Amino acid sequence: MSASSPAELTSPGHGGGLRDIRQSRFLLKLLVRKELKVRYRGSVLGLLWSYVKPGVQFIVFYIALGVFLGLERSPRNPEGLPNYAVYLFSGIVLINFFSEALGNASRSIVNNGNLIKKIYLPRELFPVASVWVSAVHFFPQLVVLVAGCLLAGWHPNVFQLLAAVAGFAIVGLLATGLGLLFGSANVYFRDSENLVDMLLMVATWASPVMYAWSMVEEKLGAAWFAVYQANPITIGVELFHYAFWFPTTDGTTAMPPNLFTLWTPLGLVIALAVVILGQYTFRRLEGRFAQEL
Amino acid sequence: MVNAIEVSDISKQFVLRHTRSIKEAVVWLAKGRKGDLSEKFHALKNVSVEVRTGETVALLGLNGSGKSTLLKHISGVMLPDSGTVRTRGRVAGLIEVGAGFHPDLSGRDNVFLNGAILGMTEQQVKDRFDEIVEFSEIGQFIDTEVKFYSSGMYLRLAFSVAVHTDPEVFLIDEILAVGDEPFQRKCIDKIQELARDGKTLVVVSHDLDLVSRICDRGILLEHGNVTFDGPIHEAVSILRA
Ligand SMILES: Nc1ncnc2c1ncn2[C@@H]1O[C@H](COP(=O)(O)OP(=O)(O)O)[C@@H](O)[C@H]1O
Ligand SMILES: [Mg+2]
Repeated sequence: MSASSPAELTSPGHGGGLRDIRQSRFLLKLLVRKELKVRYRGSVLGLLWSYVKPGVQFIVFYIALGVFLGLERSPRNPEGLPNYAVYLFSGIVLINFFSEALGNASRSIVNNGNLIKKIYLPRELFPVASVWVSAVHFFPQLVVLVAGCLLAGWHPNVFQLLAAVAGFAIVGLLATGLGLLFGSANVYFRDSENLVDMLLMVATWASPVMYAWSMVEEKLGAAWFAVYQANPITIGVELFHYAFWFPTTDGTTAMPPNLFTLWTPLGLVIALAVVILGQYTFRRLEGRFAQEL
Repeated sequence: MVNAIEVSDISKQFVLRHTRSIKEAVVWLAKGRKGDLSEKFHALKNVSVEVRTGETVALLGLNGSGKSTLLKHISGVMLPDSGTVRTRGRVAGLIEVGAGFHPDLSGRDNVFLNGAILGMTEQQVKDRFDEIVEFSEIGQFIDTEVKFYSSGMYLRLAFSVAVHTDPEVFLIDEILAVGDEPFQRKCIDKIQELARDGKTLVVVSHDLDLVSRICDRGILLEHGNVTFDGPIHEAVSILRA
C-alpha cells in the first residue's frame, strides 16, 4: 500500500464481470445489509413482515383455490391434491423468491445510477446483491414452509432435500442471468421494467404452482408439455414439490416423468446459459452506463 | 519517474439531443437513414495527458469544458470512444463528496459502506475507523443517521473516508468549495500532506489561489481540447487574462 509500489499500468473501467464479485465480497455483504436495513427501518415488525406477507397470501390462495374451487382432495373431490396447502406454499415461496430477485435486479442499475455515474466499481454487484437480498427474504418463508410440512407429517430423505437445493439453485441462477440482462437493458429502455413485471405475472401461472402438472399434460399433449417442462421455473417448482410436498403424502401421486434424469440437468444448463447470456449483454452495455443514466 | 496516468489521444462524443420519438425515427428510416438521428458533440477531443507519479496537476477551464468528463475517464467510470487510458495503482475519485452515502444509514454504517465502495477491505476500514471519525470531527454523532447531519458534517465525514482510502492516485473534483473555513483549511492541509507523501493528485477547482498553492502543473481545457499544459502560475495567468 505504499506510493512506490511498482503496480502495472492498467486500463480503468474494464471489469472482469461476475468474477470481480469474488474480490468484492465485503462490498457485496455491505450492499445486502444496507438493503435490508433500509427496507425495515422504522417498521415495528421489521423482518417479521417477510413471514406475515406470504402467510396471508398463502391463506387467501388456500381458501379461494383449495376450498372454493375445490382443488384440495376430500371425499367429495377424490381428484384433488392431498395436502393442497403444502403443495401450494412450496411453489409460492420459490416464485416469491424469483419475482423479488428479478424485479429488484432489473431496477438495480437505474436505482444506483447516482453511484455508477460517479465511482467505478464492478456494476454486476447491484443485480447480484438484489438476488442475495431476496435469498435472505426467502429464508423466513422457508421456515414457515418447513413448519407447515412438519405439521403435515413431513419425513424427507436426503435425496429429497438435495432436490430442494437444486430447485433453489436453478431459480437463483435464472434470476441472476435475467437480472443482468434486464438490469442493463433498463438503462437504455425503461420499458424493460414493465416487460419484467409482465413476465413475472406470467411466471406464476406458467408453472404448476396452483395446479398439478398432470392437468397440463392432459390438455397440451406430449410435445407442448415438453416445452412447458423446459421452463427452469417449472422444474424448480416441481423439485420443491418433490422435496416438501411429496414426503407429506402417501407417495402415490406421480411426479413428472424424467424429472431427475432429464429435466433437472436441463434446467441447470438453461439457467447457466441465461447467466452467460445476461453477463454477455451486461458487459456489452455497461461501458455506456455512466453517460446514459 | 514512472507515469501514474497515461491518457493517449482520447475522444468522447455525447449526444446533444436524444431523438426518442418514434415518428422522427420512422421519417429518418424512410429517408434512407440520411444524416444523424441525434446531434452529437465532442466533450473531449484528441486529449493526451501524461502524469508522472507524485505530480500534482490542476485541471482548469470554464464550466462545460470537459474537466469532469476527463476525470471520469481516468477513474474508469466512462470509456473513451477512441484512444486509451491507463493508470498505475489504485485510483480514488472524489468526484462528488458523499456519492454512495445513504441518508437512512448511520454515520458508522456509511463509513464502512463508502470505504468498501472506494475499494477498502474490511480490515482496512476497521483499522482506520477511529482515525476517520477523529479527522471528521463527527464525534458522538457517528451513530446518528446521516440524514440528520448538517451539510458540513456530511462533507467532513465523506472527505475523511475518501482521504483514508490511501490510493496511489487522487482525483478531486470541485469538492473543496464546500464546508466551513476551518475544515476547508484542514482538508487542504491533508491534501498537501498527501502531495508531500508522493501521491499523485489531479485537482479540479475554480479557486485559482487554492490550486496555485496545491499544484505544480496546470492543464487548461477548452471545449474538450487541451489548450495549455505547463507550470501552474502560467496556466492561472492565462485564465486570469
Ligand atoms: N452523460 C452526459 N451526456 C451528455 N452530455 C454530457 C454528459 N456529461 C457531460 N456532458 C456534457 O459534456 C460537457 C462537458 O461536461 P463536464 O465534463 O461536466 O464539464 P466541466 O466539468 O468542465 O464543467 C458539458 O457540455 C456537459 O453538458
Ligand atoms: Mg465538472
